Parts: sequence; C-alpha cells; structure tokens
Amino acid sequence: MLEIKNLHVQLEEEGKQILKGVTLTVPAGEVHAIMGPNGSGKSTTSYVLSGREGYEVTDGSATLDGRDLLEMEPEERAAAGLFLAFQYPVEIPGVGNMTFLRTAVNAQRKARGEEELSSGDFLKLVREKAKALDIDAEMLKRPVNVGFSGGEKKRNEILQMAMLEPRMCILDETDSGLDVDAMRLVAEGVNALRSPERSFLVITHYQRLLDHIVPDVVHIMHDGRIVKSGGPELALEVERNGYGDILAEAADA
Amino acid sequence: MAVLDAPEIEVREGVDRETVETVANMGSYKYGWDTEIEMEYAPKGINEDIVRLISQKNDEPEWMTEWRLSAFRRWQGMTEPRWAMLNYPHIDYQDQYYYARPKSMAVKPKSLDEVDPALLATYEKLGIPLKEQAILAGVEGADASPIQGREDARRVAVDAVFDSVSVGTTFKDELAKAGVIFCSISEAIREHPELVKKYLGSVVPPSDNFFATLNSAVFSDGSFVYIPPGVRCPMELSTYFRINAENTGQFERTLIIADKGSHVSYLEGCTAPKRDTAQLHAAVVEIVVLEDAEVKYSTVQNWFPGDEEGKGGIYNFVTKRADCREARAKVMWTQVETGSAITWKYPSCILRGEESQGEFYSIAIANNAQQADTGTKMIHLGKNTRSRIVSKGISAGRAQNTYRGLVTMHPRATNSRNYTQCDSLLIGDQCGAHTVPYIEVKNTSSRVEHEATTSKVDEDQLFYCRARGMDEEEAVALVVNGFCREVLQALPMEFAMEAQSLVAISLEGSVG
Repeated sequence: MLEIKNLHVQLEEEGKQILKGVTLTVPAGEVHAIMGPNGSGKSTTSYVLSGREGYEVTDGSATLDGRDLLEMEPEERAAAGLFLAFQYPVEIPGVGNMTFLRTAVNAQRKARGEEELSSGDFLKLVREKAKALDIDAEMLKRPVNVGFSGGEKKRNEILQMAMLEPRMCILDETDSGLDVDAMRLVAEGVNALRSPERSFLVITHYQRLLDHIVPDVVHIMHDGRIVKSGGPELALEVERNGYGDILAEAADA
Repeated sequence: MAVLDAPEIEVREGVDRETVETVANMGSYKYGWDTEIEMEYAPKGINEDIVRLISQKNDEPEWMTEWRLSAFRRWQGMTEPRWAMLNYPHIDYQDQYYYARPKSMAVKPKSLDEVDPALLATYEKLGIPLKEQAILAGVEGADASPIQGREDARRVAVDAVFDSVSVGTTFKDELAKAGVIFCSISEAIREHPELVKKYLGSVVPPSDNFFATLNSAVFSDGSFVYIPPGVRCPMELSTYFRINAENTGQFERTLIIADKGSHVSYLEGCTAPKRDTAQLHAAVVEIVVLEDAEVKYSTVQNWFPGDEEGKGGIYNFVTKRADCREARAKVMWTQVETGSAITWKYPSCILRGEESQGEFYSIAIANNAQQADTGTKMIHLGKNTRSRIVSKGISAGRAQNTYRGLVTMHPRATNSRNYTQCDSLLIGDQCGAHTVPYIEVKNTSSRVEHEATTSKVDEDQLFYCRARGMDEEEAVALVVNGFCREVLQALPMEFAMEAQSLVAISLEGSVG
C-alpha cells in the first residue's frame, strides 16, 4: 500500500535537511506506528506525504498503491485515499462543520468520477458516524473546529476520516492534548475503521495511545531516519527506558 | 472611440502571471456577451437639449422636464468628488451617450414572433422564463393571463431595464390586485404623478451630490414601487439592470415608497457585456419608509469588472438612500458587490422616526485591478433609533477595497444605538484593504460600537481543505463564504445561492 523509499526532505526556505533517507512500507490492513523524540522528523513525514507546501523532496519516493504521491496535489492525494488527521486541526470561521464535511465528501467523489451524495443520504451517514464518536448535532452545526475543545477537535478529525473512508490513514500525534476518556473514544473510532483494505500510520510521542490502537509494527525515528523497527514490544521498551538505549544502539550499529 | 480611457495600471514586478492567465482562460465573467440589437441613440454629450429630448422621449409632463433642467443647471456648477480612495482617469462627460433604447421598443410588438430575437436571447441568458420574456418584451396582452404551473413556485415580479429603458414588468396585474404599483419610473411619472411629485427627490435631493445631480438631469428610466398601507407585497420584486450599448452611460432611478405598516422585499441584479472601454453607471435609489413599514433591499451587483489588467469595466457611482420617515420604520440594505471596475457606493439610512431601524449588510469583493470604495451612512435623528452595519471586504489580485462609513447621532437621537463590524480579508500580497469609519455622537445617552478586523486567507486553512479533497478554488470559496456568512444569511434564499456561487466565481484564479 504505502511505500516510502529513501525519502530526503529539506525545508524550502532554510534549506535545512529534515528527512535523511526514510524507508518504510505499510502493507494493506496493517497498523504501523512511528515513535521518536521531538524534532526527529515524524510530523514532517506526515506533511510531506499529504502535500503541504514548504518542503522540498531532494531524493527518494513515496507511492500509494504504486501511484507517485509526490507528483500529486494535496486534493489528488486525498481522492487517491490518503488521509491525514492533523495534530492541530484548523479552525474555519463561518463554515459549518456539516457543510465542510459534505463539500469534502463530494469533492472526493467527484474527483473519483462517482456521483455526489444526496443531502438525505449524507445526513443519515453523518448522524450514524457522529453518534459513535459522541459528536452531537450541535457540534455538527458549529463552524469547523471553532471553539472546539482539544478532545472535540480530535474526535472531529476521526469523524472526517470515517466519512471519507480513506485507504491510508495517517494520524499525527492524535493523542496530544487528550484526556483518558477522549483518547479511548478516538481509539475506538480508529479501531472501528480497521479493515484488511485499510492501513494506518500512527505518529505518536508516547506509548499510551498504542495501548488502545495496537500496532503491527513500531518504527523508531531519529534525526530523519528510521533507526529501528519491531513489534508492539518496542513501544513498551520506549515507555520503560526512554529513547536513550535504542538511539545508542542505533548509533553503534 | 473611448468614452473613458481604460485605467493605466502597470503590472508590477512579481505579479503572478499564472493568476492573470487563469482568470482569462476561465472567462469567469459569464454575463460578458453583448447583444446586437438595433439601438436608437440621442446625440453624444449633454446639454439642455439632450435633457429635454430624454424628457420628451419619455412623454414626460412639463414639471418633470423643468425638474430635470434645474438639476442640469446645478450640475454644471459642480465638481466631481475625488475624496474616495479610487484612482481612475478623467471622465469626459461630453464624450458619452446619455440615451439609448432598443429600436424594437418604439412600436409595441403583437406577439413574441415580432420581438427582436436578440432581445429575447438576452432574457434567456439572464434566466428569465419565456412567459416573463413576453411581458418584458412588451408583447401586448402578455400579462393578461395568469402564469400556469407556477402557482406553487416562489414568484418574483421582474422589471428589466435594458440600457436606458425599462423594457417591461411582469406580474403587474396580480400586484395591482393587492394595490401594489410596480412599474417603470417613466410610466409612474405619467400614471401616478401625485406620488412621484411628492416623493421623487425627497430622499436624495437633486442637489445631493455630483453623480446624483447628473442622474436627476438625465435619468432615463428605472423602477417605481408603491406599497399601500398595511399591505405585505405578495411576491418579491426584482429589477434586472443591463447595460448593453457601447459608450452609453446608464442612469436609472428607482423610487420605492412603503406606506404605513407595509412590507416589501426588493431585489436588484446587474450585468453588462465585456467591453474594453469603461462605461459609466450613475444610479439613484430612493426609499421612503413610513410608520411601521419595512423594506428589504438586496443587490447582487455583477457589472463587468474590467479585464485582469484593469481595462474596461463599469464605473459605478451610485447614490442609494432610505428615509425611515416615521416611527418604527425599518430598512435593511444587503449588497453583494462583485463587479464593476470602480465602485463608489454608500447605501444609507436616515433614521428620522422614533425607534426606526437601519441595517446594512455588505460583501464587497475586489479582484485583479478592481477598486471599491463602499460603505454606508447611518444618520440617527430620532429617539431610540437602532442601526447595525456588517461589512465584509475581500481583496484579491491587485485590488484595493475600502470600507467608508459614517455613523452620526444627532442631539435629539437620544438612547440610540449603533453596532458596526468591519472585517477585511486579503488574498495574496498585492492587494489592499482600508477601513475609514467616521463617527459623530452629539448626545450623551447613545452608544456606538465599532469592531474591525483584517485577516489573510490562511495557508493552513487552505491546506486543511485541500487535504480533505477540495481543490484550491473550492477551498478559497469555502473559506471566503464562511467569512461572509453573516451577510449571505441576510439575503433572500434564492439570492443567497446565487451570491454564494458568485463569490466563488469572482475569486477564481485569485490564488495559485
């Protein structure tokens, strides 16, 4: 599904190298986690994959189902099935959450040559998915993310994910700023979406989210590279000993 | 032969060629066709003879001719105002036609077959149904029978002004049954002189300002509305203004009178062909609101804005004013200004009656080389009067957008309130937004609030929308429509839809 090879990325303005050869494959149906200390390049990876401006790819490739992601506009990547749950969801004043969702869903359907959803069908679908995430009708009417609490913003991201039904979901520090209950809701939302056709890349600083969303593979990122990969136990090791040992070991290798 | 020289605007270094080309390729101004209709022109230029000729062409009584002439004499001693933040070349008022009308209107056609097909094509492009087309084309007896199959649909009565002449009004008979008079102003001058004499110039006097005075001298046609006491107008009233003829100024005059306890919602739409010479438009709208009456006046102004280099387009110098003459009168202006090369427009409210209310909701979009200087005046004269101003200015390309507003609380306007909110949104880094509020308070019990914000369309917002699958144009339209929401909500439903897509169209190519 997602294949990243030797990805080198620098900041366009400063020319600073952030990713220094990331190689990563997420097969269909699997959940992979990327962990690592601050500044290791985790969020940059998610931004580059989703097409945010300000980054220059100097080497390497990233493909989704064999299609070159890096050649596509952000909206084309979305229509191709890539979804990024933002670490800091953006506020859009005056635009109702429901309007935003419907515009997004129909934009993707249109891009894929599918018929747009009727307002009736759309409404039914949103209500059903929102209920599972404990999102009430009032929150659907409010402007996108405006005045939302941290937990509401993250649940809203998962609602968008549920509505857009992407093939490849990237969760960028979705656990940041969440209390235990909110984290459980978000994790349940994600788990409900797990399927053999859908893959996840969960970026997180802490192990605790991975208690709820159990990954198949854990990658440790440091200084723009994946320095170690392993099973869920790797996350526990980080939890117990911090990154120190792993990084030292990688430096020796 | 250019009436107005196109503004010379240099393409500065770094202007995004791609932006400019995108707009050009999209042909985003969809009303840009022109209709080849045989026109009858008065000679170029303006003098007393031309004023008399216009009056005579409209079969006006002597008092009206005199009214025009006195305005013209006054105008000759006036100078064009230049205080607005607008930069346009000198206008040669003698190098301009002041009267043009379709030849086919000279003799009333007997059926649609006799109507100039080009005129009908124009209506079709404007989206006016066939039955209404017949009425607008002036076909004899076309409005005698009620329109079948439209009983359930929300109906709108239309008066169409094509160049200088009102070419027809729909639903006249049905409105007449409710006592509502809806006709062209030239017809009103002939048929309802007592109303016209009483109210014409009573809100915007002929001496008001350079453009209004010019209009008073040469106005060719426009719409007239009278709603009798206690009547709720049974349908929305609407005027479509279209400038078609080249080098012709359009000077329409609208007079609306809402008698005691009445209610009317009035819509105004404007389009013009794409031409590379600028065209002058100087309209006057007067609204008289009597005790407990309510008028809602909505405009979707989509005059041709000129090309991306600032060539051509409409120069729009408009005086609109409502007089809440008696107690508890209420007026609400809503405007969506997306077109025109130059906009000089300040729909205002005189709050004379006690507890009268004025509201002004505005969206002004300026893209490419457009310049807009627009806002409102709220003149509080009566006790306990209320006003509310919500202005949303959007600038893109190299456009300059100015909000200019005046709020005055006169000594007798005790316990009055005003709330003003002015928000500006910038797209790109070549455009400008300016806010010029004037506030005068001459009593101690009134309260005036003013809030203003300026923001840029945020890259993060656009990326967020695009990461969810919207293309850039769609993302900009969504964010901008969100920014304008309070104003869009103030529009009648079907207009709101049109305005929403117009917002998107006017900003096409503004990013990227």
